[in-house]
Amino acid sequence: MSQVRLYRPPVSLTWWLRKPSYLVFMLRELSSVFIAWFVAYLLMLVYAVGSGPGAYRDFLDLSANPALVVLNVIALAFVLLHTVTWFGLAPKAMVIRLGALRVPPNVILAAHYGAWLVVSAVVAWVVLR
Amino acid sequence: MTTKRSPEPLLWLLFSSGGMVAAMLVPVLLFLFGVAFPLGWLTAPGHDYLASVVSHPVTLLVLFGLCVLALFHWAHRFRYTLYDGLQLKRYRVPIGILCYGGAIAGSVVVALVLLRAI
Amino acid sequence: MPESITMEVWRYRPERESEPTWDSYEVPLRKEWAVLDGLNHIKDQLDGTLSYRWSCRMGICGSCGMTVNGEPKLGCSTFLTDYAPGPVRVEPLHNFPVIRDLVVEMGDFMAKLPTVKPWLVGDDEPDEDTEYRQTPVEMDDYKRYSMCINCMLCYAACPVYALDPEFIGPAAIALAQRYNLDSRDAGAEDRRDVLASAEGVWACTFVGECSVACPKDVDPAGAIQRYKLTAANKAVRDLLLPRGAR
Repeated sequence: MSQVRLYRPPVSLTWWLRKPSYLVFMLRELSSVFIAWFVAYLLMLVYAVGSGPGAYRDFLDLSANPALVVLNVIALAFVLLHTVTWFGLAPKAMVIRLGALRVPPNVILAAHYGAWLVVSAVVAWVVLR
Repeated sequence: MTTKRSPEPLLWLLFSSGGMVAAMLVPVLLFLFGVAFPLGWLTAPGHDYLASVVSHPVTLLVLFGLCVLALFHWAHRFRYTLYDGLQLKRYRVPIGILCYGGAIAGSVVVALVLLRAI
Repeated sequence: MPESITMEVWRYRPERESEPTWDSYEVPLRKEWAVLDGLNHIKDQLDGTLSYRWSCRMGICGSCGMTVNGEPKLGCSTFLTDYAPGPVRVEPLHNFPVIRDLVVEMGDFMAKLPTVKPWLVGDDEPDEDTEYRQTPVEMDDYKRYSMCINCMLCYAACPVYALDPEFIGPAAIALAQRYNLDSRDAGAEDRRDVLASAEGVWACTFVGECSVACPKDVDPAGAIQRYKLTAANKAVRDLLLPRGAR
């Protein structure tokens, strides 16, 4: 067979801008950075609480800093993107059976949202009581 | 067989568990302590009450699980973000050390901070 | 409805040009015409040098995969009127080397496919009188994955395959699962070395576009995630249980 000169299309460094779904994927993956930020923020809170009332007040003052509030609002948006996409994909990996019947994916999805609601309510109750 | 000793399944299980606990717990905690209290939408709990909640063994256990798994979730996803987004898969060894090493170091910090709260 | 529509077709003629170019053609816009009918009109009436693959014209042979306005599609199942007033941009499938015009080189998939043993693997030599009975519930487990027509739209949609051509890819993994989940099959352990490797399911980051692109609703992304769970469970068992108890 004679040699065929193949054309190999290059992969652009910004391939994830080509389609909205690719961009959402990239943002979803970047949400992990904000989850890591949340861990750091939570540790700051726990450290402050463990250090006494003064340190806790300092933490509350720091957390009201506009730059930090903006960062946390952005982080919350990314974390919500994580939650929604995570629950959306979970039924794809899970196949749950009750006897011979397969639990439909939207029931698994609804169960995730239900559990989220309950967990959030319990946490809010414990913190705000 | 090399594939059977691959760390990927274990790393993926840590990533998945971290993704699930983060999806469930992070939004409400971040909303309360990052947005609602700082902006005065809700009144932040007093120090004594919060200190008693944080030092409760169940809280410590939940926070430890949440923080460690969330860090491994970050490590796994961020590794693939660097592979796919920046096309850096050729540097997979340093990236792996950075991500999972970071998660391990972070877990030690988590343990130290939580032990101090007891 | 306008009488005609412009089709912009990606051209690559290796004996003439080193870089691809675009050619524009005016084709009649008819409500029953798919993109493939437009290409056939070009080849018959306007420019006989255009090269592309096609066969059945009814969405089952999997030959006419191409990129239509940026999305991987079957040319025969994508209607020109959905793109009116145009233009319609037709390119070869992304993520594959191009031989000529819309014809891509799929040898890579053809080499990977047999490595996942996409056939029924038996326990031992079947007895001539053996019947392999299967209930409808058992068949439901894998039926969806058996609908794959190897059209390669999922590979064209997959950014992981674009970035890492060693990735076994969506269709091959879905086809492996088609047999893994078949009650008559005993080959899951044979397929595991390939599926559970770094270039198998673990390379997938669940972009999910393969399942969006699939014209047969196979859901390769779901098949891959299910296998990740299976492989992780197996790995934990290998780690914890003594050999005999697995």
